[in-house]
Formats: sequence, structure tokens, C-alpha cells
Amino acid sequence: MSHSAWDVARVRRDFPILATQVHGKPLVYLDNGATSQKPRAVIDAVSRFYQSGNANVHRGVYALSESATAAYEGTRSKLRRFLNAREDREIIYVRGTTEAVNLVASSFGRLKVKAGDEILVSALEHHSNIVPWQILAERSGAALKVIPMNRAGELELGRYEQLLTPRTRIVAVAHISNSLGTVNPIKDMAALAHARGVPILVDGAQGAPHLVLDVQDLDCDFYTVSGHKMFGPTGIGILYGKAEHLEAMPPYQGGGDMIRSVTFEKTTYAPIPAKFEAGTPHIAGVVGLGAAVDYLSGVDRAAALRHEQDLLQYATTRLGTVPGLTVVGTAREKASVISFVLDGIHAHDVGTIVDQSGVAIRTGHHCTQPVMEFFGVAATARASFAFYNTRDEVDVLVEALQGVRKVFG
Amino acid sequence: MADLTELYQQTIVEHNRAPRNFRRLDQPTHHAAGDNPLCGDRIDLQLRLEGGVIKEIGFQGSGCAISQASASLMTAAVLGKSPTEAEGLFRAFHDMVTGGADAPADPAVLGKLAAFAGVKQFPARVKCANLAWHTLHAALAAEAAPISTE
Repeated sequence: MSHSAWDVARVRRDFPILATQVHGKPLVYLDNGATSQKPRAVIDAVSRFYQSGNANVHRGVYALSESATAAYEGTRSKLRRFLNAREDREIIYVRGTTEAVNLVASSFGRLKVKAGDEILVSALEHHSNIVPWQILAERSGAALKVIPMNRAGELELGRYEQLLTPRTRIVAVAHISNSLGTVNPIKDMAALAHARGVPILVDGAQGAPHLVLDVQDLDCDFYTVSGHKMFGPTGIGILYGKAEHLEAMPPYQGGGDMIRSVTFEKTTYAPIPAKFEAGTPHIAGVVGLGAAVDYLSGVDRAAALRHEQDLLQYATTRLGTVPGLTVVGTAREKASVISFVLDGIHAHDVGTIVDQSGVAIRTGHHCTQPVMEFFGVAATARASFAFYNTRDEVDVLVEALQGVRKVFG
Repeated sequence: MADLTELYQQTIVEHNRAPRNFRRLDQPTHHAAGDNPLCGDRIDLQLRLEGGVIKEIGFQGSGCAISQASASLMTAAVLGKSPTEAEGLFRAFHDMVTGGADAPADPAVLGKLAAFAGVKQFPARVKCANLAWHTLHAALAAEAAPISTE
């Protein structure tokens, strides 16, 4: 069954949870779009940090604080290489993609967005790339515009071009749709935006786990990364921003670590990245994220992607054999994410029933209610695959789905 | 291990497939809407209170089998009952699905509603089973409120 040099059995041994059981059945974890599992290297790095490396960063003159700071800043360099950013200072630590988008909407918004301006998002965005912009629109008097998509779940680039107007101040679009799997043509979209002098933010929550990233090649102005979706800990993520933007933007939060000097009359701010990192950060999370980047650096990403694409095709074919099943999201360029509905059966019933076979899938609207509305469904079931999933697990899912039919007679 | 057939009892599957009282009333005296947006479960409930009892009741909605079957079985159970009796059934039902009562569900009180006893083994689904009942409670409470449109 091997279509590449990808040794999935060996990779699975790196992820302890994959050997566990649920309801007495081997765990079949197909909810990677929500969060990925963690390799032992990440778990051990976090544990080791708390056991022998813990101190606050940027503060102490003692050895332990210096080594914690070195680990914290060293991970910034790793992430710069991971994203192929130009400079370390373009990497801002945040809690996750949600905070990253909120940071830009708040800070860049305050700098650039005024009444009568336009903010452009797409029809397939996660709520976290809609709501912060709505808040900005309400506060500033700007208008939120939406790039439409077709029935396959692909953005309509002709309409996108028309929606880029002299009033557009920023474009915010997902790299990969979390509910449809669509991979958006970011490089083309960035070029179109830049031709009109408009910066573009890319929500990379689903991009980083699947694709080899190069923010310079994409030429995006901002790129957001969620640590826990790329095999790292929860509560840590990245905002990449071009230095010219980050330098011009006002602080997002005030506090310690983000200042140069404070008096009651006047505070001057630290240069980037510290300007956007107020307060003691999630140091252990950064260490864990660094271990995740190291882990990814040690695997053949191209082979991993081929394996995921093989799973996508195999699962799409196999799911097609389930009576009454319709796949929602049929873009030509897709990541290993499959949303589907079963005729006459609500997604939550599907999720509860397949769980009894050890299968973990997401059911609901996936924080993309506008997408659900567009396709006229209340909810979907979603299987999202990582490079450690197998064709055998697809078979378990398909068998469990056939069991759903049996329950409903 | 929780058993699926305990959750998806034949009664539940059957009421989901062919819900009872699935209609709008001509002249409701009370109504309320139940909405679990995270699940996508919706219930629009209408009833006509006459002579101190629920003379007519109907609902429309969409959602998972548990939520829709619960609404169907509820309408059948409270038809002809007084609001006090209906609220009593709500409490018994609630205790059954949350496991809140020490005593096991009393089939004499709950009748067909006992089909939902298995829900307590599926904590994520309790809110699906309860939606219709909370909606009924809201509809009945509107009467007690000191606001009248008559």
C-alpha cells in the first residue's frame, strides 16, 4: 500500500496517544483539524523544561534565566526558518491564530482603518478570521466585504479582483479552509492585493500542519500559526508580520517586557518583537513549539504531504461507497480534510455513533457558520487527516459509518 | 462501555423518523423557540392552554435524532396535562437524563419518556434531549410573567 517512502508505522510510534484505546477499540484520531496529537519529543521537551529549565525570560542575570531566554529566543530563530521569514523580529509569539488575527485587526486596524474603508475577507473563513474584523468594522465605521465562493468551495478570483477597491485596507483569508479543505491560491491573491497596494493577512491555522511554508515566496504581509495544530502545545502560536508593518503598528497590549522605559508621564515602547509580547509569555509552550518544529524538520515533509494526499483520495473514494453520503467541499486543490453529510442523519448522531468504534471526528459547524449556510446544511461531520493516519483507519471510519445506517434502520 | 442501542432506542429512532404533533397550531396561546446553535438543533413549540390543561401542542424543528425525538415524545406526553403536571414530568425527565436523581427512572411516571434513560451515559448529548423541555418551560413561563398582549 506504500505509495512513497513514508513509513507511517514508524511515525505513529512517535505519538504515544495513537497507541491508546477508546471504548475498548484502538483510537482512530481523525480530528486533526481541531488539534493535532503530540510527538513524544514535544511532550518530553515541555516536561524537561519544567523539571530542569524553568525560569522567567528576559529578566534574571542568573544562569537558569539566561538558558530559558536562550531557548525562548532560539525557538524564534527556528520559527523564522520554518516560515522562511527574513528576520527573527518578524516572529511574534501569541496564544494562537485567534490572538494573532485579533492583534492585527486591533493594532493595524487602529493604524490604517477609518470610516468608509473596506476590509475584505472570504466566504470560507473560520469565525476567528471574521469576528475580529467585524469588531474593527463596527468600531471604525469600515465595511466588511466578502469574497464569494463557488459550489465546490473555491474562491471566485474574478470577484475578488473586483472587490479590491481604492478603499480596501486589508485582505484576510485562510490558507486552507478548516471545514472544506480548500487550499487557496495565496500567492496569486497576494499579488493581486499588492498590485493595488493592499496588504494581505493569511490565516495559516490549517496551513502549517500540511504545507512547507515560505512567507517570502507567498509574499503575504501577515501569516498566523497555531502551535497545537502543528504537533506543538496548546496556548502558543505565531504571528508573522513584515517588519515594516509591525514597526509602524501601535502596541496591542500594555505591560511588562514590551516597554523601553516607563514614567507616569510617558512610556516608550520596546522594538519589535517585544513591543507585542507584553507580560510573561508561555515559555514552556514556546519550548514545546520549538520541539515540534525540530520534529517536523526531521521528517520528509514532501513524503508526508504525498501520504496525506493519498489518504484524501482513498477516503474520498471509500466514503463515496457509503449510501446517502455527500462530500461538502470538492475544490480541485484540497488538503486532507473531508466534510460530509449523511442523508437524513444529523452530524451529531454520526459523531456519537462512530465514537463507539473508537473514531474521533468533528461534528458541527466547525466555527464556519457562513460556510454551512452557503451549502444549506446545519452541520457536517469532518474527518481531517494528519501524516500519521492510515488507510486502515479510513476503513474503520467507513465501516463505522455503515453502522450509523444500521442504527437508524 | 456505553451501549449505542441504549441511546438510540427503537422508540427514539421511530419518533425521529415520524415525529408526532409536527405542525403549527392555528391559535396557540403560548409559544417559545429553542435553539442550540452550536449543535444546530432548533425547536419551535406552540401550545394552546384551555381549561387549565394543554389542549393542543405542536412543534417544528430540525436537528439530531435525540433532540427531535425528545420534542416528539414530549408533546405526546404533556398533551392533556396541566402546566404543573408538565413541569413535574420535566423534572423527572431532567433527573433521568442527567443522572441527578438517586432513584432510577420510574416507568410509571415517565412512560415512553423512559426511552431516554440511556442519554445519561452520553454527557455531550444531554442538552439535545433537554432542549424541547426547556423550550416548553419557557413557553409556559411566559403566561406567569406579568406581561399580557391580550
